[in-house]
Amino acid sequence: MARKPVDMISISSLPNLKSWRDIPIGGVITDVGNSVEYETGGWRSFRPIWDWERCVDCKVCWAYCPDGSIKLRDGRVAGIDLHHCKGCGICAAECPHGAIKMIEETKAQAEDKAKT
Amino acid sequence: MTLQRVKGIPVALEGDRAVAEAMRQMNPDVVAAYPITPQTEVVMRFSDFVASGKVDTEFIPVESEHASMSACIGAAAAGGRVQTASSGAGIALMWEVLWVASGSRLPIVMHVVNRSLSAPLNIHCDHSDSMGMRDAGWVQLYDEDVQEAYDNAIQCVRIAEHPDVLLPTIHALDGFILGHSVERLELLPDEAVRDFIGTYTPAYPLLDVEHPVNYGPMDLQDYFFEHKRQQAEGMVNALDVVAQVSAEYGELSGRPHGLLEEYKMDDADYVAVLLGSTVGTAKTAVDELRQRGVKAGVLKVRCFRPFPAEAVAKALGGRKAIAVLDRSISFGAQVNPLCLEVISALYTHGYAPRVINFVYGMGGRDTVPAQIIDIFEEIMRIDREGEAGPPLRFFGVRE
Repeated sequence: MARKPVDMISISSLPNLKSWRDIPIGGVITDVGNSVEYETGGWRSFRPIWDWERCVDCKVCWAYCPDGSIKLRDGRVAGIDLHHCKGCGICAAECPHGAIKMIEETKAQAEDKAKT
Repeated sequence: MTLQRVKGIPVALEGDRAVAEAMRQMNPDVVAAYPITPQTEVVMRFSDFVASGKVDTEFIPVESEHASMSACIGAAAAGGRVQTASSGAGIALMWEVLWVASGSRLPIVMHVVNRSLSAPLNIHCDHSDSMGMRDAGWVQLYDEDVQEAYDNAIQCVRIAEHPDVLLPTIHALDGFILGHSVERLELLPDEAVRDFIGTYTPAYPLLDVEHPVNYGPMDLQDYFFEHKRQQAEGMVNALDVVAQVSAEYGELSGRPHGLLEEYKMDDADYVAVLLGSTVGTAKTAVDELRQRGVKAGVLKVRCFRPFPAEAVAKALGGRKAIAVLDRSISFGAQVNPLCLEVISALYTHGYAPRVINFVYGMGGRDTVPAQIIDIFEEIMRIDREGEAGPPLRFFGVRE
């Protein structure tokens, strides 16, 4: 059943948001590196699919990724951080070995669903 | 703390040069500016000081005023004490970044030499430029004479950098009328200015690599409004800070400028309210009217942003008739910027005297004491006959 308009909650009263008295002035962000907390993966309309068999660990994708979403483990490419990848496709365009291809996010999600 | 009064150094300078002298004495870390009449001489003289090593300011000649304010923002975010100067169209070109400076709470000081806005093209004084930026979140002082241009220039730094304020600040001097006119004034000794402004400890300097911060991030529905609320609070706090800094400067210089100045107001029935150099003209007119037995007075508004509403209402409540003189037009408004503030202040404090708004001096049109007397005679007539007529008049224009 739809909520009545008078029962709607404004963003101004959400309990986890701070008062103007309790935040740094001017919109300055003082806790650096907090972009990790902001998951931008939901913006994606295309998903990069990494083929580990073609990958030679040159890390060109890692160098080009504007969002730091190429995961490394022990200096080797270990996949893609889909919580932050926005699906820009730069990795796929730059990979010299064709180890990354872009597929439509909706199709990828349908495939994920079919697997589970 | 009471400051020791220092002996002034009498000099004769144009307004622009007096401002440049104040800048030399303040020795800002960074000045980024672009030349525009009638501000040009401020920056021209200051760049002489840079070239001859009298200051160690990083001087950035830029390609436009949008760039000058942007460079100021970057330098202020880095943690520098930053100043610029501009006029008319230059300020109009800065408009976008004026809001970035105030929204980022960067205490930049801008010396404004008032000029009209095109079109038609005009380089002379009216207040369209600084009144055009009145909602941009900058503290605004207006200078009556060259002495006050010098004095306000120095006080701006203390006001802007006060931890309760942290807002960019202008003082405005009338182009040509003050900017290019030689007047006698007293400079403070260099060390007195240095001691008065002290050292600046920025709140979040980008150059402090031990405490990295991010300036100017995206700020959406969840926090943007809270940041604007903080900004409004800074402007509220500025009222006391302007008064306090002005009082301290008064102790040092012997020239205590308040938020307002009441001239022959004690028993005045008829009052002219205005700001800028025409205040002096109005004082001369009032002297003449007093000799004729008319109880006339002048209320000078030195601090326009924040607007000292309570003090204005107290000064004006109970008078018989009031003329508010505006040197800019807010096209389509009922009355113009200063008069809107005055009427709001009176209304919210429960006063309803007769107020007439006179627009004068657009594009540098001269305004002489005899004309101010005409204005007083008009409000006296209105008071006598009870017939107000239109609340907005264009004064000194050919009908």
